[in-house]
Amino acid sequence: MEKQVILNSRHFELTINRLCYQLIEIHNDFSETVLIGLQPRGINVLTRVKSRLEEILEKEVVCGNLDITFYRDDFRRREAPLIPSATNIDFVIENKNVVLMDDVLYTGRTIRAGLDALLAFGRPKKVELLTMIDRRFRRDLPISADYVGKTVDTLISERVSVEWTEIEGEDKVVLFTPDANG
Amino acid sequence: MDNLSVDHLIGIKDLTKNDIELIFKTADSFKQVINRPIKKVPSLRDITIANIFFENSTRTRLSFELAEKRLSSDVVNFSAASSSVKKGETLIDTVNNILSMKVDMVVMRHSSPGAAKFLSERVNACVVNAGDGTHEHPTQALLDAYSIREKLGEVSGKKVVIVGDILHSRVALSNIYCLQKLGAEVMVCGPTTLMPKYIAELGVKVEHNLQRALEWCDVANMLRIQLERQDIKYFPSLREYSMQYGLTKEILDNLSKEIVVMHPGPINRGVEITSDVADSKQSIILQQVENGVAVRMAVIYLLASKIKRQ
Repeated sequence: MEKQVILNSRHFELTINRLCYQLIEIHNDFSETVLIGLQPRGINVLTRVKSRLEEILEKEVVCGNLDITFYRDDFRRREAPLIPSATNIDFVIENKNVVLMDDVLYTGRTIRAGLDALLAFGRPKKVELLTMIDRRFRRDLPISADYVGKTVDTLISERVSVEWTEIEGEDKVVLFTPDANG
Repeated sequence: MDNLSVDHLIGIKDLTKNDIELIFKTADSFKQVINRPIKKVPSLRDITIANIFFENSTRTRLSFELAEKRLSSDVVNFSAASSSVKKGETLIDTVNNILSMKVDMVVMRHSSPGAAKFLSERVNACVVNAGDGTHEHPTQALLDAYSIREKLGEVSGKKVVIVGDILHSRVALSNIYCLQKLGAEVMVCGPTTLMPKYIAELGVKVEHNLQRALEWCDVANMLRIQLERQDIKYFPSLREYSMQYGLTKEILDNLSKEIVVMHPGPINRGVEITSDVADSKQSIILQQVENGVAVRMAVIYLLASKIKRQ
């Protein structure tokens, strides 16, 4: 497996910063907007964006976690059952602008399930999607992101991993390519 | 990722500690789901479940049906009282007829011990035991232990006494297995006539004095006297039983510590437990019922993930 860093820690920070300013451009002071991270890895994006946004805005931004396990379309196509993580949405999303967050947008199936799961909590005014990495041309469903950290062109055999200081020790995005000989 | 070690839920005896913990962890998530405005998830859209009840039930049947519906599965209900079983059809024939209507899972209650195991070996569907005679009632034991875990933080190391008709109780047997697997200490308490002869072989303490049992325990699970299974008299009268083994507010208040009171239902108020105890803040009887739906959703969800499509 060949490893290639496609976003180093310096660019990583710049990207988070840019995404925050893009969000502010659209959502102003976030009085009508809530941020929701998709379990498990979208939570890292959410935590980082939230703390940066709060620094810039000097106010608290409403946030929640959403688990999509029970809404997936590949249930029982897997060997083992999918074990859920916690959902934590203790506010009303009715008539709010919701920004869903995930680390990598690939087939779009996770987001499809996320939309389904979100609607169980009410009817938001608008739903947008923020993703750190958009794996372009790999969608199974007609879904696109509104805020993108970095767009990459990848093969199905490749894998993109967004890594975080809190978990892996360093902020970076890595592209894994299988060796040519297999 | 973890998976259940069994394909059917026949009894707690067949489960491992990991299985039980996996069920609890999954039930935690379902408990969140059933407290949302929309209490339903689409996970089991392609599963059909038959609830086959050869014995009366309110809680268990409603609880299973709600659990199934909240997972979006299709549900058919069948009760023996209004069916062709009365015309002489055998259990296997009845179930196979239901299964030819493309049913994936069967939830069955039956008055004969071993009925669920018998069925699981003979039909091509996942079987969940909702009580088989005096043998086991696994989902009740799971929800009891889950409720203890919720109330006291953990089950391991806790002392639980099961009071009453141990001889005829499937809840008692399943509870003993379940609590012991999770590391709790179990005591059974009741009149000698309602105590199975070799019960101590299961590693439980046996006590015939209610007061001493209650002083020992953290949790008291009060069972109903199963008059419908008693072909002979096991004690002189219900009133005498109640005076010896009935839990009253007075007994509860005079204990040196506060204990948790449970009851699997249906309650015979004034027999095994008085009304003021059943409705007191120490009683978690209604929480047990709420947790029952979440635990059954977890069981069905985990078993359904093992059903493979051709």
